[in-house]
Amino acid sequence: MIQEKADQLINEFGLFEDWMDKYNYLIELGKGLPIIDERYKTEENLIVGCQSRVWLYAEMKNGLVTFTADSDAIITKGIAALLQRVFTDETPDAIINADLGFIEELGLKEHLSPTRSNGLVSMIKQIRFYAIAFKAKS
Amino acid sequence: MDIKAIREQFPILKTTVYNKPLVYLDNAATNQKPLAVINAIDAYYKNENSNIHRGVHYLSQLATEAYENVRNQVRDFIHAKYSHEIIFTRGTTEAINLVAYSFSKAFIKPGDEIIVSAMEHHSNIVPWQIACEERGATLKVIPMNNDGELLIDTLPELISEKVKIIAVTQVSNALGTVNPIKEIIELAHKHNIPVLIDGAQGVAHQEVDVVKLDCDFYCFSGHKMYGPMGIGILYGKEEWLNQMPPYQGGGEMIKEVTFEKTTYNELPYKFEAGTPNVADVIGLSAAIDFLTNTGLKNIQAAEHELLSYCEQQLLAEGGITIIGKADQKAGVVSFLIDKVHPYDAGTIIDRFGVAVRTGHHCAQPVMDFLNIPGTIRASFSVYNTKEEIDILLEAIRQVKKMFC
Repeated sequence: MIQEKADQLINEFGLFEDWMDKYNYLIELGKGLPIIDERYKTEENLIVGCQSRVWLYAEMKNGLVTFTADSDAIITKGIAALLQRVFTDETPDAIINADLGFIEELGLKEHLSPTRSNGLVSMIKQIRFYAIAFKAKS
Repeated sequence: MDIKAIREQFPILKTTVYNKPLVYLDNAATNQKPLAVINAIDAYYKNENSNIHRGVHYLSQLATEAYENVRNQVRDFIHAKYSHEIIFTRGTTEAINLVAYSFSKAFIKPGDEIIVSAMEHHSNIVPWQIACEERGATLKVIPMNNDGELLIDTLPELISEKVKIIAVTQVSNALGTVNPIKEIIELAHKHNIPVLIDGAQGVAHQEVDVVKLDCDFYCFSGHKMYGPMGIGILYGKEEWLNQMPPYQGGGEMIKEVTFEKTTYNELPYKFEAGTPNVADVIGLSAAIDFLTNTGLKNIQAAEHELLSYCEQQLLAEGGITIIGKADQKAGVVSFLIDKVHPYDAGTIIDRFGVAVRTGHHCAQPVMDFLNIPGTIRASFSVYNTKEEIDILLEAIRQVKKMFC
């Protein structure tokens, strides 16, 4: 469940009072990100609206969407990992209808300046876009 | 120079971010405003606000006089010959767009060429690309080397009868390089080619004399010289400005309007359509006062000291690559922390209350040429201190701890 995974992340991030620890945790999360296959690291899978480069790819397996990603910046990779964890192995419908309030609750927006926020917003947009496309196909 | 007294004049320098004192090192993007500038704008709206050049009433005359006095002040500040060679614009970008549009309309034909340099801000590339597209002309580029210096030796080869204008920046916003603009202008003039100088990064950091330089156009912004945002200057030699058609139509720029034909006003009004930004012109006046009272020579010396100190400290720290090693540099240090994406570095540096810029600095071709994703850029104004650079270094050490 998307909401359960999101709540778990909120709890995990809630353990850290210091912003530096939050960033360190984000960096750790980034290390666990399922990396996008080299052949999908193309212009069309590149997400615009971020200072760093982010590639995002989605596949449909047994009715569930799985995501892989990569970024040349480590913090961005952490954010991608966080989103990947929440949205991967979910149905297109669950992704489309997901409540995005958890982004706010994670306190990520306050820690990420607008240009970076835009990267975050663009990633979410792309994730939803994939879900809509898969739904249309099925 | 009493830095403490100077800092006292800037209210924003007392603010804190994330409970830490603000360390503002993003001066190449915009620099902070002394209280005199803020008060001047405030006083204008409280006591003088009125539309200029039309009313015969007292306030309108007061505002008109104040506005035109600033034009004279700007003329003196850049040592221009005439006040009517000073055009108020929204900023450097609009000033360049004005020239790119009006000059091209008058002088550029299909097959002609326009020259810019490899280290231009997008604002001194895109308007010329649009002009080239409109007029069927071609854009040529003066190349640079890996140190961030223009290869001026290549200019004679680029120049031909087809070249109608050269547009170069005085100081690179991304690398800090001070370009040999006098040399470029002299060479261009031997072939009767006019030169536009993008002075956005120059005018607040060294004395500018447009007559001695002999540039044909000089563009700059108020907000990068301790003045308000939304006001800028186009200086142009009258012989060029007179031959150029208006950029925008509207009030103020006309002499007579009928539905059959409109005749245009004289310089400078021909290029100032619509109600001008009087309040910010008044604010700009206070900014010029600040610059002259502080002394551009003093400012230049202070910023140069900060530049040397910062570069020395970065090199001593190790694991850092300075991007842009030109012989002549202004108070801009672009650098990369080895193996760290500038975005990651910027995110952490920000948490120390330090404002630096990360990214391509609106000069993507420079980053592409150097094959880097962007840089971290610290840029200085007269109110900055070595202690602030030490805080930047402290932040850099934390970045290395987290990412290296």
